[in-house]
Amino acid sequence: MLIPLFSSKLLIVLILGTLFGLVLGVLPGLGPTTGGALILPFTMTLDPLSAIVLLTSIYCAGTYGGAITAVLINTPGTPAAAATCLDGYPLAQKGEAGRALGMATVSSTVGGIFSVIILVFFAPVLAKLAYEFGQPEYFALAIFGLTMLSSIGEGSPIKNLIAGAFGILISTIGKDFMTSIDRFTYGINELSVGIGFIPVVVGLFAISEMLTQSTLLDQVFKRVALKAIKLPTKDDYKKTWKTILRSSGIGSFIGVLPAEGGTVASLIGYSEAKRFSKNPEEFGKGSIEGIAGAEAANNAATGGAMVPTLALGIPGSATTAVILTGLIIHGVRPGPDLFREQPEFLYGIFGAMLIANILFFIFGFFGAKIFARITLVPNKILWPMIFTVSVCGTYSLSQSIIDVWIMLLFGVIGFFMRRFGFSVVPVIIGLILGELVEGTLRQSLVIFDGNWLMFLTRPIALTFFILSLIALTFPLLKRKKK
Amino acid sequence: MNNVRKQKRANKSLPFFFKDEFRVSFIIIFISIILLISTFSFDIVPPILNRGIQPATFPKALLVLIISLTLIIYYLSINKPWDVKKKLPKNFFLTLFGFLIFIIVSKTLDFFLAISVLSIFISYNWGERRILYLILVSIIFPILVFIFFETILGLRFPPGIITNLYYY
Repeated sequence: MLIPLFSSKLLIVLILGTLFGLVLGVLPGLGPTTGGALILPFTMTLDPLSAIVLLTSIYCAGTYGGAITAVLINTPGTPAAAATCLDGYPLAQKGEAGRALGMATVSSTVGGIFSVIILVFFAPVLAKLAYEFGQPEYFALAIFGLTMLSSIGEGSPIKNLIAGAFGILISTIGKDFMTSIDRFTYGINELSVGIGFIPVVVGLFAISEMLTQSTLLDQVFKRVALKAIKLPTKDDYKKTWKTILRSSGIGSFIGVLPAEGGTVASLIGYSEAKRFSKNPEEFGKGSIEGIAGAEAANNAATGGAMVPTLALGIPGSATTAVILTGLIIHGVRPGPDLFREQPEFLYGIFGAMLIANILFFIFGFFGAKIFARITLVPNKILWPMIFTVSVCGTYSLSQSIIDVWIMLLFGVIGFFMRRFGFSVVPVIIGLILGELVEGTLRQSLVIFDGNWLMFLTRPIALTFFILSLIALTFPLLKRKKK
Repeated sequence: MNNVRKQKRANKSLPFFFKDEFRVSFIIIFISIILLISTFSFDIVPPILNRGIQPATFPKALLVLIISLTLIIYYLSINKPWDVKKKLPKNFFLTLFGFLIFIIVSKTLDFFLAISVLSIFISYNWGERRILYLILVSIIFPILVFIFFETILGLRFPPGIITNLYYY
């Protein structure tokens, strides 16, 4: 599994990706999703394996990096670290920042490695199952992926569905791939090739975050002093090993479901740690179990989320949506054929994720103090620089100034979406799945001679439709129960 | 806290068309209807070439779905109003204005000049007053990025008054 990585170039990419991921994770508002989106255009200069190794190492390290900010300044560096704030910061305030970060580092590493093992064993099984899939099954699966966003994703389920539908709608702009008829181009030549992934991804994540930061300039962060990270004591391990294992399992499972993996996983991991704890009253006041529960779960979601991404081409989280974009722009189509035709490519990704988890343990352990200082870079310096990189990166892909304007437009749209409670992640997932949804629907109708009811005669498709229905009604039932 | 409460009370007494839930729903539905109308002008494929459904059918279905779901969120918001949002600060509008300047300068003068102008404009308006840092974000960093893209990635940027100095 690790053999493809024994090249100096890939190891350098892996180390740089891990370091970059840590920096991104530490900076509030950036994180692996925005960082991955920013780095996407630059990956075009790399071969496909190096590009995906870079993105996955950013994903793993960035998810952990959020914990450093959560513990030291009570602000999650990434949304997935939100639950870590609940106990990490109170423990740091008691003068035990080193212990809190030590536990976060160990549990993140265990969770991450656990999920890579799940990925290695589970992804090929899922891919094998996908061999049974025809066009109607893929259509039903894509619909299931989109409806899952409504039940598990953050925010209002209906708003998530609207955002997903908007994403699919964007994918219809340009020439229709079956008939070459222009749709929503309004005579603008540049639009006939459609709207690229990168302007939309960079706009929705980086530029909309820049606009959000412009509204938070008076926010002052108080940083707790950190002397050095301490490895957890024997007593800490005794208290937390069950929690770490449980959260690793929860995180991997949540990650496999197509939704916002890490954030949901960490919240469930945290609440389950509290439920099983002998000292639930300590939660929220600096419980070491709370940190372990949240951190093991959010890092375990990384490997889990890669399972549907690689096996089916359905992203399991926001960052895997960016990774999927990376795969597509490098000409790699995820799915069962990838497992049969390019196993060494997949083993490279698995190995990279495994090594990235070990590397962020080392870098985090020895460099947390330095990474913590990055939080001191003021927004008034940082964001203009991010803007420069975003603009040049977006322009570089097809050397089109129109792409830059589209990026700015989506930045503004993304800002207002987030302001009014619409998550931007479903837009990206909708955009990625759009062609699959429409293509498989139309091809299925050709197979079925236009008879929609024929979908119900396919057992796998029918199962996915039933699951979609459950995913749609589940939030409503949950609301009624409340 | 008091301000939020005050704003909440004020929001309750607002006519429905001033409330966020109405304005957002209205904008989504309005844009969707315009797009829906435009789908009727898409070319129609002759039946012999048509495979499955017409090219306009899928976008039409999506737009109808978006309109229906938006009507549902508006209906739900009548009983459960949305959280009151704080007014957007001046800096937000200045940043938006910066984007506008960027578009105008990049279209008329120079792409890199536009980046520099926007960087200095935003950095200054967000509170940076130290000359060295302003030079760093508006001149030094964009030059480094330019060199990186130009030499390492082999990219050619659009011509303009500054970029031409480098190219010619």
